[in-house]
Amino acid sequence: MNKKITHWIFWILVLGGILLGISVFSLCVGSVGIPIKKIISIILQGRGTTEYSILFDIRLPRIILGFAVGGALSLAGVILQGMFRNPLVEPYTLGISGGAALGVCLNIVLRLHRAFGILTLPLFGFLGAAMVILLVYSLSIRKGVLKIQGLLLTGVMLSFISSSLIMLIMAISRTEDLHGIVFWIMGSLEEPNWLLIKVVLLVSMFLLVISYLFCFDLNALSLGEEEAMHLGINTERTKRLLFIIASLLTGFSVSVAGIIGFVGLIVPHFVRMFVGSDHRVLLISSFLCGGSFLIFCDTLARTIIAPMELPVGVITGILGGCLFVYALTKKQVVLGEK
Amino acid sequence: MLEIRNLFCGYDSKIILQDINLRIENGELLGIIGPNGSGKTTLLRAITRVLKPERGMILLEGKDIWQMGFRELAKRIAVVPQSFGGGSMSIEEFVLLGRIPHFERFQFLETKKDLEIAKRSMSLTDTLKLKGQLMGEISGGERQLVLIARALAQEPKLLLLDEPTTHLDIAHQVKILDLIKRLNREFGLTVIMVLHDLNLASEYCERLVLIGEGRIHKSGRPEEVLNYQIIEDVYKTVVVVEKNPISSKPYILIVSEEERQKKEKNENKRIDSGLYR
Repeated sequence: MNKKITHWIFWILVLGGILLGISVFSLCVGSVGIPIKKIISIILQGRGTTEYSILFDIRLPRIILGFAVGGALSLAGVILQGMFRNPLVEPYTLGISGGAALGVCLNIVLRLHRAFGILTLPLFGFLGAAMVILLVYSLSIRKGVLKIQGLLLTGVMLSFISSSLIMLIMAISRTEDLHGIVFWIMGSLEEPNWLLIKVVLLVSMFLLVISYLFCFDLNALSLGEEEAMHLGINTERTKRLLFIIASLLTGFSVSVAGIIGFVGLIVPHFVRMFVGSDHRVLLISSFLCGGSFLIFCDTLARTIIAPMELPVGVITGILGGCLFVYALTKKQVVLGEK
Repeated sequence: MLEIRNLFCGYDSKIILQDINLRIENGELLGIIGPNGSGKTTLLRAITRVLKPERGMILLEGKDIWQMGFRELAKRIAVVPQSFGGGSMSIEEFVLLGRIPHFERFQFLETKKDLEIAKRSMSLTDTLKLKGQLMGEISGGERQLVLIARALAQEPKLLLLDEPTTHLDIAHQVKILDLIKRLNREFGLTVIMVLHDLNLASEYCERLVLIGEGRIHKSGRPEEVLNYQIIEDVYKTVVVVEKNPISSKPYILIVSEEERQKKEKNENKRIDSGLYR
């Protein structure tokens, strides 16, 4: 048993180390390369230099946001996959991203962000996400029981409905708005507002802590709802709270960073391969790994064709997908030899 | 130990169990038998609080189970279900899940006591040697033993088993039921098990409850319940009841339709030849 705990601590330390390494790497590279050694002297010199403002006003906020969003999406993915006992579920399956995108599209087309300030964009995103969450939730409750499969199907349908509505809006919108919509939908970690970044970071860290209250419930739920009940889990309450946690994680991330796909699907699987399926270690590991992964992808997105920028969702999809397929085939070989 | 009073229970207004009254004493080994769809599993689900009764009450040690917390109930009743999950878990991890109801509010790691109890339940069920293997890799018989080990890790007073011997060969059927009998005798564990195999039920249970169409048709010692008239009445099948020469418990022989017709024909022939002689 001590072996188990050592194994867990080992992986948490490794993932924490990777996160730190990737963060420092991400600070150093970019259109202006800054060697690691120089970073300390820049910090000591303090405000005023161009390099200082590149580090702390441009790169650091992106790293922090990448950590918060990547961690939140991966955590939501782990929670939902555990709760649904379905490896294909990800935060966006529940239609939350569709709702957020629809809210933002409406805002852009109606030019509300020009009239009332740029902060109305994440606000509308969050409102859209919240609407979908409420709708999915209330449609899936029958006689006081939250029907898990109903939740999934309703979510997928609402996701389709909102993406069709977005296409409708795009078809009738002006060209300059169209660009804004497409840009937002592709997702980006560029966020000039420090307050929003802090909010996302705090929310996702807070929900990580809260999710730990449910680590045993998730372990028991992986055997099925009825079995979890036999093990003394109040499954009704647990399902509801887990759904709310996952929704909030996704809603906050999407409304600030846009739709960054694949992180919530791939990272949990990837982490599970290495650390095992016990949620006590899986939750934190996925958060750390998701954060590192998104920071890394974002670094690639802004350096590959610098000074131009690629949409980070493209990188997460391609890189994550390839890495995952590779790991999957590798793992099968190992299992086959056993 | 457990008392069921005027229980009516079902799914979405379709009542399956009707007016069930049952008392289970401390240390009893009770078998529930009955045809498919008669409500055996529904009864188990009502006892474990998975299904809310339409009417009636279930009392565990004098307390209404719906007044108890989920964890409180799980510390007293453990279930060995038919279905199973957790393919990627190791046997030890799986058995330790049985300790969940005993964890404190902010406890994240198993204590020494938890590990010891898990180890003891594994050695009782002869699964300690499997400890490191994965749930998905072991055989059906071993899986059943591991499920019992997990239930024992809950340290229950009442053990419920839902058809513990289905899909098992005779050696494993006997092994599992011998184990259950031992747990009942040596540790005073009260056991309720749903069984399909009437002969196993007759051999191992002190008392049988026969459920037919949602009602208790007959309850009593195997010799009282397993009578060919009662069986034919509830199961609508022709059977012959004999006595096991060793244990002198009743055992049931089935008769195939072909044999039955042959016999009927022979009898008719005899009657015919008698008539026309």
